[in-house]
Amino acid sequence: MSFNLLVLTCLGYVVLLFVVASAAERAAEAGRAGWLRSPLVYTLSLSVYCTAWTFYGAVGYAARSGLEFMTIYLGPTLVFVGWWVILRKLVRIGRENRVTSIADMISARYGKSNLLGVIVTILCIMAGTPYIALQLQSIAQSFTVFVTDPAGSSLATDTTLIAFWVAAGLAFFTIAFGTRSLDANEQHPGVVTAIAVEAVVKLLALLAVGVFVVWFVATGPADILTRIDAQALPEWEIQPGRWTGLILLSAIAIICLPRMFQVTVVENTDDQHLATASWAFPVYLFLISLFVLPIAVIGMELMPAGSNPDMFVLTLPLHLGQDGLALFSFLGGFSAATSMVIVASLALATMVSNHIVVPLWLRARSARQQDTGDMRLLVLSVRRLSITLVLALGYIYYVITGGSAALAAIGLIAFVGVAQCLPALIGALYWRGASRNGAALGLVAGMLIWLYTLLLPSFGPDVFLSARLMESGLFDIAWLRPYSLFGLTTLDPLLHSLFWSLMVNVMAFCAGSILSFPSPIERVQGALFVDIFNRPGTARSWTRPIAEAEDLLPMAQRIFGLTEAQSFFRAQAKLQGKDSYLPDITPEFVEALELKLAGSVGSATAHAMLAQTVGTSIVSVDDLMAVASETAQIMEYSAQLEAKSEELSRTARQLREANEKLQTLSVQKDAFLSQISHELRTPMTSIRAFSEILMDTEGMADEERTHFAQIIHDESIRLTRLLDDLLDLSVLEHGQVQLNIAPAKLRNMIDKAISASNSVQADRKFTLHRSRDREDIEIVTDAGRLTQVFINVLSNSRKYCDAAEPQMRINVRRRGEMVEVDFVDNGSGIPRDQEALIFEKFSRLTDSLQAGGAGLGLAICREIMLNLKGDITYVPGQGGAAFRVSFPIRLQARDSAQPASADSAEAAE
Amino acid sequence: MGKRVLVIEDEPNISEALRFILSRNGWRVEVTADGQAALGSLSQDPPDLLILDLMLPGVSGFDILRDLRAREDTQSLPVLMLTAKGQAADRIEAERLGVTRFMTKPFANADVLAAVHEMAQT
Repeated sequence: MSFNLLVLTCLGYVVLLFVVASAAERAAEAGRAGWLRSPLVYTLSLSVYCTAWTFYGAVGYAARSGLEFMTIYLGPTLVFVGWWVILRKLVRIGRENRVTSIADMISARYGKSNLLGVIVTILCIMAGTPYIALQLQSIAQSFTVFVTDPAGSSLATDTTLIAFWVAAGLAFFTIAFGTRSLDANEQHPGVVTAIAVEAVVKLLALLAVGVFVVWFVATGPADILTRIDAQALPEWEIQPGRWTGLILLSAIAIICLPRMFQVTVVENTDDQHLATASWAFPVYLFLISLFVLPIAVIGMELMPAGSNPDMFVLTLPLHLGQDGLALFSFLGGFSAATSMVIVASLALATMVSNHIVVPLWLRARSARQQDTGDMRLLVLSVRRLSITLVLALGYIYYVITGGSAALAAIGLIAFVGVAQCLPALIGALYWRGASRNGAALGLVAGMLIWLYTLLLPSFGPDVFLSARLMESGLFDIAWLRPYSLFGLTTLDPLLHSLFWSLMVNVMAFCAGSILSFPSPIERVQGALFVDIFNRPGTARSWTRPIAEAEDLLPMAQRIFGLTEAQSFFRAQAKLQGKDSYLPDITPEFVEALELKLAGSVGSATAHAMLAQTVGTSIVSVDDLMAVASETAQIMEYSAQLEAKSEELSRTARQLREANEKLQTLSVQKDAFLSQISHELRTPMTSIRAFSEILMDTEGMADEERTHFAQIIHDESIRLTRLLDDLLDLSVLEHGQVQLNIAPAKLRNMIDKAISASNSVQADRKFTLHRSRDREDIEIVTDAGRLTQVFINVLSNSRKYCDAAEPQMRINVRRRGEMVEVDFVDNGSGIPRDQEALIFEKFSRLTDSLQAGGAGLGLAICREIMLNLKGDITYVPGQGGAAFRVSFPIRLQARDSAQPASADSAEAAE
Repeated sequence: MGKRVLVIEDEPNISEALRFILSRNGWRVEVTADGQAALGSLSQDPPDLLILDLMLPGVSGFDILRDLRAREDTQSLPVLMLTAKGQAADRIEAERLGVTRFMTKPFANADVLAAVHEMAQT
């Protein structure tokens, strides 16, 4: 077959795809995209999973390893049939948050962290570039198969050149249909439709070859089965461990591969499509794998020894003279390769531009603080540049590795690479506690292990890793050997790498998440993601926007273009019921704008852009707390109510207690006033009665007149003293007393008190026993006040001691920093039931004349001693009335109102 | 012989004043500070009139009044109650217990004499 015809066929096919894609785009723009958004197209677009590697390689795989190729289909089938709940959640979150890529998804979940976006992007580029190179290689190889005459064309032999033109053409296609606009959800109906067409082509091609093989080469299914049995396929038996590992790996890949994420989540328009895909996609996989084994068996039977089984799908029809069928098969392989390259480069370019280029540009701009015009054009240019870059990388990779065996294995190696996203992704969906630090740690750790144990060694010894390192491990440490890390030698390199990278990844992810405290925005995003199906509406992260619509419009224009931005603003204004071009800046509006922006530039970037325009900080903690999910709010609210009512009842209780206290105080006050009234009126009664007698009695004897005048005089003094005592007590009780603190001798004070109290019942003999030596203590206190206490105690004893020969013993004792002075008489003492009362006001035990006071003496004494940081107590059981006066040796000035305490006296030293 | 009056009062100066005033007006005055002891002598040999202090050591004037009114022989004995507390509640309580007159200290000597005179008439 002529090479030129082949090229023409390819070009014609590509033109057909262009037409299909443009028609789809135009239909979508005109709003007639109903059929485009059908579950069928969605399911077919998922077939980007089946690349050239699957199209050609599966047969080769079967020829080499028997049924093991089935694992590559079983994994995705399991996910779509059994775990579609994960996909459903992924799709729902992806659409509600306008997620643009897997990097965006992970970044958005973990606090819109761009660091994570960058990590995932780098990982995907590393895994994706060789994969793209593999597609280029398979297309180039398939070209060479057709060239029967090696000298026929220089182009035909130079596979590198073929690969270059293929890459260039695909770049052009992807740019044309992948970057038409920065609209909405980053959805590309043209691309998706073209992919769907390619899915049909590659399926039909493979089925055609299969039908030809089964019914025209063999005589039917029965014949094929016999031939399969006859063919001694190597490793025919199933190895459970390896199978499990490979099924798991392909299952993870269908979720994590950037191109699969693109078609499954980003391009999804309806949750319900997933329900159809959950059975239809496995059916597609079944059909595409149906004839793999027959083709492999017949190929091995009929093709000359040494033929590459990877090309059986192509070479078998050629060998049997079926050029038309071969061409169809070639188109199938071409479809498989191109669809993968288009979607993969689109997905990778989106990540590169959203997570690396645009953030860098934003940062540079905010540093320069100047406006550089149309952002929309910039983003589109960046996107185009990224696509070119990704394909260029793939091409360069292909040229460097030059069709080496390393490329053939790259499919599964790439799977292990992207599998590193799984822990962070699953954590994003199901674990609120997962944190940014944990995700970053897990991703980086898993990526490093993958690089070290799989990707780098796969290039062969002495390319990246030296043969010596491969043989004896890093730093010659045996358990650091790339293929048998930590001494694990029983697994083949692929599963070995999968095991260690995922294990370390998961452990780092969990440990990092548990040990680090997520930021508020992470917690909010975590709740939004994990509880996506459990909340009524979308939560808000913009509760108090400060910007003006006039500020937001220019920014939106830069992203969406003038018309699009204006119509969006107008539609939003209409939603708010306003008949103007500018909506009010409500939280709802800012949120809608952010969502729309996120569809174009990714959530982290959109958030950062809005934050820049809206000004101030990204989102305040207060805002975020207000956003916390509905339940949390209600719980918080009810907790607040509970706290409030508790506070109220506490207040009520305090009020009640205060009221009771006031009532008690009021009763006490009444009783006190009544007491005072009585104490005042009693001397006044005598004074009035005798003064009236003196006034109206004529001819009274002088002696009698003098007696009555004396009574009036005494009662006036009593009255005055009562008033003095009351004032004194009041001052002492309120701690307002002025203390004259000075050094003085205790003995002198006692001397003074004795002589002062001698006047009380001076006619009565009163014997004192003292130890003047022990009284010889120098103390620092208010000597006058202390003496007043001594006088009171001594006078009381002289008044009340009922012994026939009254005696008093005065004992002085030092106890640490305190001094105790005991006054003990030999009377009958104070009745036990009265002991508690004697220090109360007006507690007079005998009649008032004998007491000569109002019963305030001991109350005053107690107040004085508290002011002197000491105390006065009644000591029972001493054989008479016994009072103990205690006080510190050195009284410190100030806070004289404080009650006595030994501690403070010590501290004062 | 004048009429007999018993003064139960614990303030010696006040009872001395009362004794002087009443004696000067022809009364035979007996004075005691011990209300409890006075109760016994009251029923044996009731005076014509009783002047009673409210606040007494150990026993209240109200208790004494209540006792007197409970006994047949002193049921209608005229009682003049004197108090230095001067609270309205005390007057009400005294009247409820059947006091004849209630006066607050300090008093005008003439008022006491007039009250005593009036009470002795009836």
